[in-house]
Amino acid sequence: MKKVTGTISATQKNLSDESKEKLETLYADVVATRKMGKLERFIGPEFYRVIRGLFNTPASIVGMILLFLFVLVAVFAPFIIPSRGGTRDPYQIPRDGFSSIPKPMMSDWVKQTPESVPGWYKIVFHKDEWVHLMGTTSGGYDIFYGIVWGTRTAFSSGLIIVLLTLSIGVIVGSIAAYYGGQVDNVIMRIVDIFMTLPFLLAALILAAVLIPRIGRSNVPAIIALTVFGWMGYARLIRGDILAVKERDYVLAARVIGVKDPTILFRHIIPNAIFPTLVIASMDIGGLVLSFAALSFLGVGAEVGYADWGQIISFARDWISTLSEYWFMVVFPGMALMLFVLAWNLIGDAVRDVLDPRLRGSI
Amino acid sequence: MTTYIIRRLLLVPLLLFGVTILIFGMLQFLTPAERASLYIRDIPKNERQLEIIIKHYNLNDPVYVQYWNWMVGKADPITGEIHGGILRGDFGYSRTGSEPVMDMIKHRFPATLELALLSVLPIIAVGIWLGVAAAVNHNKFIDQLIRVLSIIAASFPVFVFGLLLIMIFYAKLNWFPTGRYSQWVLEEIVSKQFATPTGFMTIDAIKAGRWDILLDTIRHLVLPVLVLSYISWATFVRVTRSSMLEALGQDYILTAREKGLSENQVVRKHALPNAMIPVTTMAGFTVVGLLGGVVITETIFNYPGIGSAAASAATQLDVVTVMGFALFNGFILIAANLIVDVLYGVIDPRVQLS
Repeated sequence: MKKVTGTISATQKNLSDESKEKLETLYADVVATRKMGKLERFIGPEFYRVIRGLFNTPASIVGMILLFLFVLVAVFAPFIIPSRGGTRDPYQIPRDGFSSIPKPMMSDWVKQTPESVPGWYKIVFHKDEWVHLMGTTSGGYDIFYGIVWGTRTAFSSGLIIVLLTLSIGVIVGSIAAYYGGQVDNVIMRIVDIFMTLPFLLAALILAAVLIPRIGRSNVPAIIALTVFGWMGYARLIRGDILAVKERDYVLAARVIGVKDPTILFRHIIPNAIFPTLVIASMDIGGLVLSFAALSFLGVGAEVGYADWGQIISFARDWISTLSEYWFMVVFPGMALMLFVLAWNLIGDAVRDVLDPRLRGSI
Repeated sequence: MTTYIIRRLLLVPLLLFGVTILIFGMLQFLTPAERASLYIRDIPKNERQLEIIIKHYNLNDPVYVQYWNWMVGKADPITGEIHGGILRGDFGYSRTGSEPVMDMIKHRFPATLELALLSVLPIIAVGIWLGVAAAVNHNKFIDQLIRVLSIIAASFPVFVFGLLLIMIFYAKLNWFPTGRYSQWVLEEIVSKQFATPTGFMTIDAIKAGRWDILLDTIRHLVLPVLVLSYISWATFVRVTRSSMLEALGQDYILTAREKGLSENQVVRKHALPNAMIPVTTMAGFTVVGLLGGVVITETIFNYPGIGSAAASAATQLDVVTVMGFALFNGFILIAANLIVDVLYGVIDPRVQLS
């Protein structure tokens, strides 16, 4: 639509009055078929439809509010609970002693306290000293600190994995779809092979193999989830490209001698990538869940790193006394669950908008 | 149909080859010394012995030589006995399990299969029931409720849900213990008073008429089955709901309603059977998915299946064992996908198998 108005105004100057009038009536007809708001013209009809779908259901609004709160926590983490200061890595959870017994909620914080006591804390708890608001894990790691700073870990690990898997998936899928024939056949069989191993088990192995080589950090788990996570996007974009590449404008580009990579990256992918992009962005929640699962199994974030799955993994040693040390599971578990829930609530609405079978009903 | 099955069968060796390449590729991240445990049983006594092993099994040689040895095995220089070779069913020796990986799989797989099979029934029953209820009441309160509930279920991390159940039903109430059987049952098995020929505790207990053992087994199975099945409920409800909605929108439903059938008959006789086609395929994939999904569930409940063994081997960096499990899982998956694909063509006459 935007393009129609653009061409008219650009060519209008050289036209006679009669033609101008004709054009204006034509233009009025086009506009009358469906009114477009400024926002829709600005961001494009596809994206507009998704945005409108998001604000249509109460569930997705709840999801967006939740997600917004998590963003706030991630951004303002140093103001909610400051790190120990100095050159220390803020993502290392401060340890209050080395006792193997978890400390209960609201117990005194003796060693490695945060460098300052923020105003909100004094107002809410009427205290000038930090206490372990949510208790500690075994080994004295403060759970509240881990949850707050772990929000950043969740966002960063989720975003990194999605960006990596999406790039690989889009490149592989579009090459397969664009060249077709034997290239397509070989690539899709490779996709099949990667899908033969169960996702979590495969990621578990790769992370376990990588740890002795590149050391224990978030990197092995991120690589592992990427290597075994791109296939879905490759399949998705392949299907959309197969539809787009038969369009006339692709033929036109080919006729005037545009090179293959240019056709692919300038003409086909931008017109086919939208659904894949939206689905991928909604997968962040699920990927954070997988990352947390790897941390829980002991091949993800290193011990003491501010990561929700890693904090929960401490509970594995306290199975028979969990009713006493429930805070080790409940608080980080709720954080993880609400985070994934936020993404899933939004994702569910988005999927409905993108589902061609339901088009028009929303 | 026959051509399709043949073409699909021809793909199987290719997939098998691909999976072995993939796993072998991951093995290359290990040092030659670490790879040695693919072939040997005992820990080498000194550096010299390790060097001999590495040299004999070509662990420093080009990749294709190693791959060949890994596939078909290699003879021991003194005894002439062939070691290794996944084609011979020798997956190497497990450091964490202190037995060959293949034996470990044989011991532990029945437990996992029992757990997975028992979990499928509640998934299918509850999944179809909720999915149909949501579709029939499309956009009404029940539909929205079921949708929100299944989204919440899908967002609940398995290990958090499992630990919460343990917290309440084991640590607090002590109704459902962890593990696979109680100490007294284990003692009876070890002392051969109670035989487990099939490896499935429930079947063996029923066959022997030991109701006390059956009860004990069920007590140990309730929580893992609950945890394992709830992961798949959400997807199952979703698929049933959308395929039921699609079926309810067809012309033959309109015809059925026009000729005066009750709504109950329309749903049960006309919509449901047609909506079940994609659901049947989902059921096949669910069993397959469960076999992979047991890793966390078994770990939490300390259940002696292949999932918990793979997880503990991975965390102790016993890569040979994990690779063995992955390979085994890959083989099962290839077989199961083949069956599901072929069945799909048989069930749904509309599918063009070409």
